[in-house]
Amino acid sequence: MSRRHVVATVDEVKPGTSKLVSAGGRSIALFNVGGSFYALADKCPHESGSLCSGRIVGLAQADEPGRYRLERRGEFVKCPWHGWEFDIRTGQSYCDPSKTRVRAYKAEVESGDELVKGPYVAETFPVTVERNYVVVEI
Amino acid sequence: MEHAASGPAGPAAGAVAGLPAAPSVFGPPAIDCDVHVAVPSVKTLLPYLDDYWRDQFLTRGIDRISWNMTGDPPNAPISARPDWRPQAGKPGTDLDLLRGALDAFGSSAAIANCIYGGAALHSEDMAAAVCRAVNDWIVKEWLDREPRLSASIVVPLGSPELAVEEIERRAGDRRFVQVLLLAMGEVLLGRRHHWPIYAAAERHGLPIGVHAGSTYHHPTLAGGWGSHFIEDYVAQAFGFENQVLSLVSEGVFAKFPSLKFVLIESGVTWLPPALWRFSKTWRGTRAEIPWVKRKPSEIVRDNIRLTVQPFDAPDGAARLERIVEQLGSDRMLLFSSDFPHWHYEGTDALPVAPSSPLAQRILFDNPVETYPRLKVPPAREKETLS
Amino acid sequence: MSTTVLERAPAAQRGTPTPVKLSVIDCDIHPQVKSPAELMPFLPKQWQDYARMFGGLYRQVFSDTLSHPRIAPDVARADAWPPDGSPPGSDVPFMRMQHLDANNVEYGMLMPLNRGPGNQRNLDYGAALASAVNDWQIEKYVKAEPRLRASIVIAHDDPPAAIAEIRKRAGNRNFTQIMMPPKSIEPLGRRRYWPIFEEAVAQNLPIALHVGGVNGFPPTGGGWPSYYIEEQHTNVQGMQGLLTSLVIEGVFERFPDLKVVLVEGGIAWLPALKWRLDKHWKRLKAEAPHLRLAPSEYIRRNIWLTTQPLDEPDRDSDLAETFELVGFDRIMFSTDYPHWDFDEPRFLLGKLKIGKENIEKIFSGNAKALYGLA
Repeated sequence: MSRRHVVATVDEVKPGTSKLVSAGGRSIALFNVGGSFYALADKCPHESGSLCSGRIVGLAQADEPGRYRLERRGEFVKCPWHGWEFDIRTGQSYCDPSKTRVRAYKAEVESGDELVKGPYVAETFPVTVERNYVVVEI
Repeated sequence: MEHAASGPAGPAAGAVAGLPAAPSVFGPPAIDCDVHVAVPSVKTLLPYLDDYWRDQFLTRGIDRISWNMTGDPPNAPISARPDWRPQAGKPGTDLDLLRGALDAFGSSAAIANCIYGGAALHSEDMAAAVCRAVNDWIVKEWLDREPRLSASIVVPLGSPELAVEEIERRAGDRRFVQVLLLAMGEVLLGRRHHWPIYAAAERHGLPIGVHAGSTYHHPTLAGGWGSHFIEDYVAQAFGFENQVLSLVSEGVFAKFPSLKFVLIESGVTWLPPALWRFSKTWRGTRAEIPWVKRKPSEIVRDNIRLTVQPFDAPDGAARLERIVEQLGSDRMLLFSSDFPHWHYEGTDALPVAPSSPLAQRILFDNPVETYPRLKVPPAREKETLS
Repeated sequence: MSTTVLERAPAAQRGTPTPVKLSVIDCDIHPQVKSPAELMPFLPKQWQDYARMFGGLYRQVFSDTLSHPRIAPDVARADAWPPDGSPPGSDVPFMRMQHLDANNVEYGMLMPLNRGPGNQRNLDYGAALASAVNDWQIEKYVKAEPRLRASIVIAHDDPPAAIAEIRKRAGNRNFTQIMMPPKSIEPLGRRRYWPIFEEAVAQNLPIALHVGGVNGFPPTGGGWPSYYIEEQHTNVQGMQGLLTSLVIEGVFERFPDLKVVLVEGGIAWLPALKWRLDKHWKRLKAEAPHLRLAPSEYIRRNIWLTTQPLDEPDRDSDLAETFELVGFDRIMFSTDYPHWDFDEPRFLLGKLKIGKENIEKIFSGNAKALYGLA
């Protein structure tokens, strides 16, 4: 049965930043993306690097070689070690390590986005804000 | 015998078209994707040069030079198997010996690659004139005389613009099935510098054949110039690996989605570990090359092919099957004899048991899929492997 | 169910995972200066003045950095910057806390990459710099932290000077090996470097070749790569070419007791290279009559490799087979701390299904034997 943990006050995690918190014996990386809060296990699914120590970035895209653009600013965190990019909201890594597809995670191609998203996902936790407090459910 | 409707008129037109796909010595019909033909001497090209160039060659004594290549010493053991070495002249100059090899394997068709030093001359115009002469010579002395033969277009390696002219000149003759480049040139093959060549090739359904060999613009080893031919030859595999990185990283397959590259005489077994590392590194460096939208090993699987000789492994059969598993595709390997090079004895050129389902793929289906201009009647019903 | 009490349980400290029980010898740790000034006290005044006035003279366009910008600041893990903002690897207490203690490192082999003494075109400056880096390793790292061991950096394009530096350090067993870049103005198997190999054997010291080196040649036989991802991959070609040269030139025939460690080049490329070398040597033996053994036999006998960056095939069984083909007794664990493609010991434990005995060899046994560690 999950428990709700108050891990921070709202102004402890400014937009565009992250904070390492502890809840239920777990290390949690708490992110503020444009005023909304998200929580990831502070553990990259690759080699267990601390996602909270990673740089918060946008997503580099190109439709053809040499034509770069940066989208979705502030929505991704780059693992501080090998640089894997994770969507902060969903925990989904942006590169498919192509393990045997796990049933729970379908590889989907969204319209307007050709990159195939694979099954490698950082663990996420539901977050709510109650009055001034950020609450994570473990 | 039927002949293809397309291509220039003449009895040898559409060399491969309409030939029944007879069984090879292995069982399934075979297409040999790498046989060598060699220009006997510079003099050979004189009749094929225009007046200006013929005059230059004669006046300057260029017709008396040898353009033998450092990377291909004609008398080295690897350059010709004893039963494939002509009594006189360089390996690869004897049509009867080539015919004998095709007969021995029972190959229905073969692709002739002419690795010629003249293509690497620094003078772009001279290189282009030489390549034009070589291709004319290939038509007259090889394609017109042996209906099983197709050929790669020899192009000046230092000039994409003039290379495109040569491609356009040959595209109408469908016996030319590929454009020939080298594993080690002056500029890595992925770079935009080469893209006009790829645009022309893609337009005409011509894969790019990247063949072992070097123009020696750079040392063959990253550490500099080694002392032995053995080192240069072994290093070709390293060169191929770098080219794969270049082609994918630069976005050649993003820009030219239907273009295929064939790695010829590469050794093969270096590829899976290279892809493990490339894919791993890509996951963290993706933002540098954001047009690479899929795992690199998947891009390679879809767009790159390899000829099987030489096959660097002590135990051919088991290792090839493992390689196919690791690559995740049975579509990538193409049968080749690498005639007249000495890599094996007899007809032991297929590194997998002839009874294996992979054999049919390697011998026939994959070459047919890779070379759309190669017209061969379909064999029996093909089973698709997963 | 909500609580109104703000939980203030102490957050897990960054970079301190649960300690691993297995004893680990890390064969690739990178020390770093806090600033270039840190090396100055170890240089004679003449060379301090030279360094300030002229700096490094390399066979490349940039004097202070590599031609392909790295993918991460200081090539480092983003979490490896000490709290005072010093460069990763430059703070011994932080290295202790974040890595040596956290990962149960019993010994760590230092691989300094500072200023490239071995690639300096001014050979005398290179020699002075090498000596300074060697003194610095001992004074700053080894004396402060008994788990660390140093490498004798040499300016190898001046063999007499390099030999003098080796002799100067050989008596101090805190130096466990000699260090050279794998790329130089000639492939390292060429005879001009043989006096150095002779000295290494005489002193019973392995030679470690850590990826890198700026020699003025493209890192590929086909020209210059554009992108960091390509250039990083050429670390493999550096090793492949190095090994080809050492073997075919006959270095291991002439120096059968020479021990060579290939550091940070990966491992999975080696089986195919052994097969390729054997195959073509067999056909072309006449060119290299000095070789009595097959290339793969020399490699089996004289070569060690470090694990990082761990190759990651899709199937773990392919990784195990690769390690078996190379030889479990020739592979030594490394992290490359504090660089970005750092390998966590637990990650290897999870990936390597090769049996406890082989794990222990790779994590410490092989290095203990090679480096003569207790």
